[in-house]
Amino acid sequence: MTLANVRAGRRRQAGVLPGFRLSMAITLTWLSVIVLIPLAALAIRPWELGLDGVWRTLTDERVVAAFRLSFGAAAVAAAADAVLGLIVAWAIVRYRFPGRRLLDALVDLPFALPTAVAGIALTAIYAPDGPLGALLAHVGVKTAYSPLGVVIALTFIGLPFVVRAVQPVLEEVDREVEEAARTLGASDYQRIVRVVLPAILPAILAGVGLAFARAVGEYGSVIFIAGNLPMVSEIAPLLIVIKLEQYNYAGAAAVGLGMLVISFAILLVLNLLQTWLTRRSRG
Amino acid sequence: MSLIVNSVSKAFGRYPALADVSLEARQGEFLALLGPSGSGKTTLLRILAGLEAPDGGAVTFGGEDLLALSARERRVGMVFQHYALFRHMTVARNIAFGLSVRPRATRPSKAEIGRRVGDLLRLVQLEDLETRYPSQLSGGQRQRVALARALAIEPRMLLLDEPFGALDAKVRRDLRRWLRRVHDETGVTTVFVTHDQEEALDLADRVAILKDGRLVQIGEPQAVYNAPADAFIYDFLGGAVRLRGHVAAGVLAIGDWRTPTPDDAPQGGVDAFFRQDQAVINGVEGEGFLAAVKGMAQRGPAIRLDLEALGEPLELLLAAGEVPDFARPGGTVRIAPRQLRLFAAA
Repeated sequence: MTLANVRAGRRRQAGVLPGFRLSMAITLTWLSVIVLIPLAALAIRPWELGLDGVWRTLTDERVVAAFRLSFGAAAVAAAADAVLGLIVAWAIVRYRFPGRRLLDALVDLPFALPTAVAGIALTAIYAPDGPLGALLAHVGVKTAYSPLGVVIALTFIGLPFVVRAVQPVLEEVDREVEEAARTLGASDYQRIVRVVLPAILPAILAGVGLAFARAVGEYGSVIFIAGNLPMVSEIAPLLIVIKLEQYNYAGAAAVGLGMLVISFAILLVLNLLQTWLTRRSRG
Repeated sequence: MSLIVNSVSKAFGRYPALADVSLEARQGEFLALLGPSGSGKTTLLRILAGLEAPDGGAVTFGGEDLLALSARERRVGMVFQHYALFRHMTVARNIAFGLSVRPRATRPSKAEIGRRVGDLLRLVQLEDLETRYPSQLSGGQRQRVALARALAIEPRMLLLDEPFGALDAKVRRDLRRWLRRVHDETGVTTVFVTHDQEEALDLADRVAILKDGRLVQIGEPQAVYNAPADAFIYDFLGGAVRLRGHVAAGVLAIGDWRTPTPDDAPQGGVDAFFRQDQAVINGVEGEGFLAAVKGMAQRGPAIRLDLEALGEPLELLLAAGEVPDFARPGGTVRIAPRQLRLFAAA
């Protein structure tokens, strides 16, 4: 191979990703300014308390209870969103009915609504004297001002993520593949569970991951409906705000760091799972 | 145990896809449904599979009413143009699917399913690929997996919807021969949809030609090719040359050429057809209609002659020895078709 060939080869290769250096530089700068530097600050700040102090902050029973509520309620809400979102996406993609476009647009509403407005609206409905809350209170279920209220708010916030992740993938599912399953003798249930669901499972996981991440960090819509009783319905982000108001910046950062580490670990697992599922079917 | 389709009709909205189609496929027969796109051939196949319900008519197999059964009850193997494999399953699990979804009472044991999958993999010559995923296979391999999957349920009938339509020409030809061998080995009644006349004539025991939702001719490939029922079929079966002529008093006139016609020939304006390779080239003094030679090209073992006759371009495909020296671009020749078929002009 002559030098000219080598040069030509290199030029061709560079052509595959034009402006690699420039785009990489922009990406890294952007990522640093917006994500990495603030996170680094968050990672450094708590150690003012010393290892012992950070440990004591994170194992404080009020903090542990808040963590348990935040991650537990987010997980339950994300799981609920997986089911509800799948049903909504299914209805929008598979059926033609009057008002379908309207429903399609309504799905995004939780994105657009200021979260505080959503929180106040939910509280009004689910409060013991609200229309739904009164009904539920009648059968002995306390929704507002309880962990259940937190789950409801987080489910509301997370739903669009699942719908929007699943919808395009469901549209892509080849109808002929389902027809093949039918001619091979599969029942409707077998067709859905063994053919359709595996095809959209990576998308469901992606949507659940986003809904979960959003739910863990959600603040505005939750604090109104939660009632914020320490040890019962107090979420971790609220605890951070409380610590900030007490000028306990290092303590707030410690709680933030704890959330960051747990969230990252969970999202990483979800992502790996999703990659594994996708690779299996695409080779 | 033959398939009988009796005056089946189907319309999509106001568009009639099938109009009063009746045909029969004998036990173990390989029947091709041939027609241009929009002729209703795929609709007919989907009705046979139970994926579409006809508006009227009857379909029976061995006397049993197929229309009373849902797609999953029919035990009919279907192969789709774009394979329709389950992408998240390995080759082996794709093939086993039809057996593994059976109700527990009739489902074979795991070992039995494994053995059957092994047999089918051998039949479709993919023994080493059972743990691969469809995305790791070539188009031809995928279609063979799809065929094995359809055969796994021991179908009473195999339906193929343009199975080679998405493959390139060489793979197509190989798979075609191979499919015929598989059919002969398994003996399952097969209905095959294609728009490729060569494929249909090459592969099938009988060919049914559809046009605009109607069955226009059915018969053995040789018979259909040699005696097309009308001008459309003659043209559609390929390699046809069409000339406009006029018949009066037992004589056909094409340009200044006169030739006697059989007694049963249509009278008046006619479309005269002959095959591209069935003509003799004569000098201007000889027999035949006048044609100007426009061009000439080698095409495989044959020579393609571009001509113009009666103001219209036409193309002949002749062996090298059949093209005389005077037939050169710029020259004029007379063309005498070996056999002409006449249809009343539309």
